[in-house]
Amino acid sequence: MRRAWLVVGRQQTSLSFRLDRRVPVWLLGLAGAALVASVLSVGVGEYPISSLDVIRAVLGLETGNPDHSFIVRTLRLPRVLVALGIGAALAVSGVIMQGLTRNPLASPELTGVTAGASLAAVVLLVATPAASVVALPWAALLGAVIAAGLVYLLSWRGDDSPLRLILVGIGLTSIIGALTTVMVTFGEIDDVARALVWLTGSVYGTSWEGLRALVPWMAVFLPAALILARHLDVLHLGEDVARGLGSRVELQRGLLLLTAAALVAATVTVAGTVGFVGLIAPHIARRLVGPSHEGVLPTAALTGSLIVVLADLLGRTLFAPVEIPCGVVTAVIGAPFFMYLLYRNRNN
Amino acid sequence: MTATSFHLTRSSPALSLGLVVALGVLLAVVIVSVLYGAADIGAATVWAALFSYDGSTEHLIIRTLRVPRALVAVLVGGSLAVAGAVMQGVTRNPMADPGLLGIEAGAALAVVAAVHFQGISSLAVYTWFALAGAALAAVVVYALGSAGRGGITPLKLTVSGAALTALLSSLTTGILLLDRRTLDEVCFWLAGSVAGRDLGLMLQALPLICVGLLGALLLGRKVTTLSLGEDVARGLGQRTAWVRAAAALVVVLLAGGAVALAGPVGFVGLVIPHAVRFFVGVNYRWILPYSALAGAIFLVLADVAGRLILRPQELPVGVMTALVGGPFFVYLVRWKVRR
Repeated sequence: MRRAWLVVGRQQTSLSFRLDRRVPVWLLGLAGAALVASVLSVGVGEYPISSLDVIRAVLGLETGNPDHSFIVRTLRLPRVLVALGIGAALAVSGVIMQGLTRNPLASPELTGVTAGASLAAVVLLVATPAASVVALPWAALLGAVIAAGLVYLLSWRGDDSPLRLILVGIGLTSIIGALTTVMVTFGEIDDVARALVWLTGSVYGTSWEGLRALVPWMAVFLPAALILARHLDVLHLGEDVARGLGSRVELQRGLLLLTAAALVAATVTVAGTVGFVGLIAPHIARRLVGPSHEGVLPTAALTGSLIVVLADLLGRTLFAPVEIPCGVVTAVIGAPFFMYLLYRNRNN
Repeated sequence: MTATSFHLTRSSPALSLGLVVALGVLLAVVIVSVLYGAADIGAATVWAALFSYDGSTEHLIIRTLRVPRALVAVLVGGSLAVAGAVMQGVTRNPMADPGLLGIEAGAALAVVAAVHFQGISSLAVYTWFALAGAALAAVVVYALGSAGRGGITPLKLTVSGAALTALLSSLTTGILLLDRRTLDEVCFWLAGSVAGRDLGLMLQALPLICVGLLGALLLGRKVTTLSLGEDVARGLGQRTAWVRAAAALVVVLLAGGAVALAGPVGFVGLVIPHAVRFFVGVNYRWILPYSALAGAIFLVLADVAGRLILRPQELPVGVMTALVGGPFFVYLVRWKVRR
């Protein structure tokens, strides 16, 4: 008989994963799709490069054209890698938020967490113009955590109302957005230009420096999320059940929230507000591999990567030579999806 | 039936007197708004600019910059507040606001799209596109918000509005990025500001706003009845469908006109009716005129504050209203609205 679950790792050790059988297949498929999309994305541009040459240039092989190596490795590759990274980070934080709040509409941008991270980063930029790329994510993390705490405190009233959480998030987002405008107006002009670059939600002009700022955060918090995913399954059953099963509910919630906030903070400092990825990707992943979070989390991460790479590719090619930031593309796709979710949950 | 038969907390004469006082306050804040600015211009010069114009720089500043700015703030604040009050009464939704429900975003997108696709640059046509966009957005948000069991609930309607706003404003951003020319033409307008509007544009929107205001005031008593609930209104013999349609038309005229003038300015329509209700009770025959005056006062003050806070830079008036209205919105969601 075919077992429905795969168990990875020995069950005696503390680290093991129980996955739906569909997970590895979809992970491979999505990874392949993301790879193809990335190669295409690197090849497309003012100076088109064939896919084969792209692969050669990335691997450091000779392509017969000395320009290829520079264009691919210096200009285009970091951009695509950052798109892959922020897609994964946003999707994972979306999975965590939807799991924690048991709210299918929760996502970093709808709850005001992204806005909080942006405001904190802008404040740091205006206060100390010399702030390094390394310091920015920390400020953004602080802002994200504060915003998450605020939205949770203000919307919790003893019952779970998915819509109230979203509405408090919308209110917070508009306040924080206004404060960000105040800071941008208040600050010196060149800081503002720097601030606005990543407030529009774009991976335009991302260099290896941006990628280097993103990688440590991803390296710590993506595995952390994967390890914590099993707790999401338990927490998702409700606080009482989770407690009854012996979960340390507060600690796990805190760690999960910190992970989600850190991932959002890292993306905001590198690419600004790329909206709706954290909303869509978890839903697609659940549709593909079922509700267990240990499977949903990596699937959503790859889905998110794919979405952002495709959004960036679309934004660059649809109206070339004009570039539409990938944040606008994801919003145009994501907002109708949000409406669809509202419609589907209309009876709750 | 007279207003007093509604057993309000305050008598009709007191409320009439209050309107006169509010009018006086409005006049005072408009004067402050005209007097205050980057260039120091004395009260005597302002008076002279208005009544014995001599074409000097100072007179020019007063006539072409300061007075239109104050008047635009008056018009926009008044019409947004009345639109919000009508929406709150008719939908029985304390969180209704033309900005939050996506109606302003619809008007904004329609104008930007018109400029981009039709190459329209005359301000006169802005207004009509703004109205069409506002109407379309209103229909969509109402349909989306009323889907499902339990019909239209405040939370559902407001979240639908937020989703619609997200979609429409990202489309607006997309069009603006595509087209530098559109960006240059409407950028000043899209920021949600009352600065730099010329009198020609104001004269375009003025008739629409006046018709909308008049219609709202005429609807006052019907809105009061409808705000007691659909069943009650029907029981009292009201043809509710007609009242709803008329109210929707009024909202579209007011919100569309306001957006054509100032771009999207949020939260005025949310905050003002609540503040007014606190003073004058639940009768929309009073709420509506008070909202018009209070909204105008609020927006003129917000504009003056936006000029004061970060001198010499200016904050768009939309930022100021969001700073006041955002916390109030959260308060409503948190403490006032059940699911």
